[in-house]
Amino acid sequence: MDQATVSNDIPRSDLLNMYWYLRLTRSLEDRITALYRQGRIVGGVYTSHGMEAIAVGYASALQPDDVIAPFHRDMGAFLIRGFTPGEILAQYLGKRTGPTKGKDGNVHMGDLKRGMIGFVSHLADNLPVAAGAALAFKIRREARVAFAGTGDGGTSRGDFHEAMNFAAVRRLPVVYFCTNNQYAYSTPVRCQMAITDVVERAKAYGMPGDIVDGNDVAAVYQASRRAIANARAGNGPTFLEFKTMRMHGHSEHDAAKYVPHELLEEWKAKDPILRAERLLMTLGYADESYFHDVGERVRKEVDAGTEFAEQSPLPEGPETLTGVFASVDEVSA
Amino acid sequence: MTTATTTHEVTYVDAISQALDEEMTRDERVFLMGEDIGTYGGAFKVTEGLLQKYGEWRVLDTPLSESGFVGAAIGAAMMGLRPVVEMQFADFISCAFDQITEVAAKNHYRWGAAVPLVIRAPFGGGVHGGPFHSECPEGWFFHSPGLKIVAPSTPYDAKGLLKAAIRDPNPVLYFEHKFLYRRIKAVLPQEDFVVPLGKADVKRRGRDLSVITYGAMVHLALEAAELLNKEGIDLEVVDLRTLIPLDKETLYESVRKTSKVILLHEDNKTGGIGAEIAALLAEECFDCLDGPILRIAPPDTPVPFSTPLEEFFLPKVSDIVSGARRLAAY
Repeated sequence: MDQATVSNDIPRSDLLNMYWYLRLTRSLEDRITALYRQGRIVGGVYTSHGMEAIAVGYASALQPDDVIAPFHRDMGAFLIRGFTPGEILAQYLGKRTGPTKGKDGNVHMGDLKRGMIGFVSHLADNLPVAAGAALAFKIRREARVAFAGTGDGGTSRGDFHEAMNFAAVRRLPVVYFCTNNQYAYSTPVRCQMAITDVVERAKAYGMPGDIVDGNDVAAVYQASRRAIANARAGNGPTFLEFKTMRMHGHSEHDAAKYVPHELLEEWKAKDPILRAERLLMTLGYADESYFHDVGERVRKEVDAGTEFAEQSPLPEGPETLTGVFASVDEVSA
Repeated sequence: MTTATTTHEVTYVDAISQALDEEMTRDERVFLMGEDIGTYGGAFKVTEGLLQKYGEWRVLDTPLSESGFVGAAIGAAMMGLRPVVEMQFADFISCAFDQITEVAAKNHYRWGAAVPLVIRAPFGGGVHGGPFHSECPEGWFFHSPGLKIVAPSTPYDAKGLLKAAIRDPNPVLYFEHKFLYRRIKAVLPQEDFVVPLGKADVKRRGRDLSVITYGAMVHLALEAAELLNKEGIDLEVVDLRTLIPLDKETLYESVRKTSKVILLHEDNKTGGIGAEIAALLAEECFDCLDGPILRIAPPDTPVPFSTPLEEFFLPKVSDIVSGARRLAAY
């Protein structure tokens, strides 16, 4: 992103805030990965390592009463919506203090009060759901927006297409994105679709689309903000393709030997945190000592969160039986 | 019934339309989604006239996209609306299976998000619909925790259960039997009423044998009961009305009284609701059974089209009569 454009367009405090969340995401997910390697976290660990700019960028561009149906590599969105590292680590450790109280693990968490729709492993399932949230906003004439995405692989599923089509037909206030990180588990994009750019798919639904540098937090923020403003103004949905690279395996158990080493090296140089630091320095907003200080502060937050999660109680076995159905008093009659 | 009535008879299908109309008037959060439900009024005319009355954002024609619009209904429900989705035929619900079982059914359990959603699904055979327009798919969902399932047999239950379903904070699958749409009529109370979910109804009291059933089969059982009465076999007909949550107490009470039981349904036999109830009765009422638990249900085939094939497929009054005679011998 052109520096002059950024300095005129994004307030300094917003850029510094996004930098904070990039670092917090990285630090938290590095801790989660470490705990996984120590055998203290069981199950899947899917990180946004090297892709942190996407969730941090789009979630920073939204208003608090907008809703997000995240991709499974969008830790930054949870943090920006107020999920604490402690809560998140409790979720990973299966503790009662996590957002799902041990009912589900890792990124499968949500909270309607904080505008986060719980992730569903069946990729693209939440895209029609987000269209429905946007439909509710439109029916009630609320100036709210839904923001939802999946990966490159997820765009092959029918629910992606059904959602895009429905949202376009009804001009719903929703922004769809694809985190094109080039691999769906082990399957490269070329084996997933016969096109190079996922954004081509938007054309078929009469939906405008953009390709965005997913490793540039400022670019993600600006493209998201434009699409969100359009949706809020009643101009219907937009599709954003965030180009990035998955730097770890699908899950932490996966060494991802199927990814060419050179590709990873190439993308390592485009690391979103390094790029954000270069941008902040060029703009004169921050320097090395600031970055170091942020690093110390996020580590302390993650340490405190780890402590909280580890001290938290596990659920009792019989809690399995609770919560299958909602009771009347949970929803307004 | 102690409520005021008129002598005007209402069909089963009109009872469903009335419930939708009255709930939409009562609660502005209630809105309808589905294929051809607006201008056309729905394949079975259930929503006829509602577009004119409530406008296109409350009677929303959708693309041909069951998974997409069920997903959208889930999203709208979580945002505080009360969507009622119409499947054009229950058979097409398979396209939305994933949204129903993975998203709607699990959201509350996983992360506490209530999904107050109703999916209406016209189901059942006897209308020459063939393999894709006659199915009874309730068994698939009976096995999925987090869903409620309703299948009314009378206009009163159809109206009262639909209202209860719309007011329930959970996803409810509402299976309306299309064979009954215009064949069954009743005089309904003028006042607002609901039939609570989870309550079975004894449609005929009897002492010799319990027929446990739901949907269109209730009427078959009642017909068989009249014939058997002449032979001195007194059938009790228990209409489940709600499949989930299952009113186990009413079933156990009936079987403890009669000691003999026929489980009758239109869904095919293997792994059906009858199989589950048979297992429950074996676990809970074994000591009071005086004969085998009998299931009467279609064979494990798709619903065939041609008249003799469909007649062969569907349970018949004579099947109940011969089953009852067999059990009477114990």
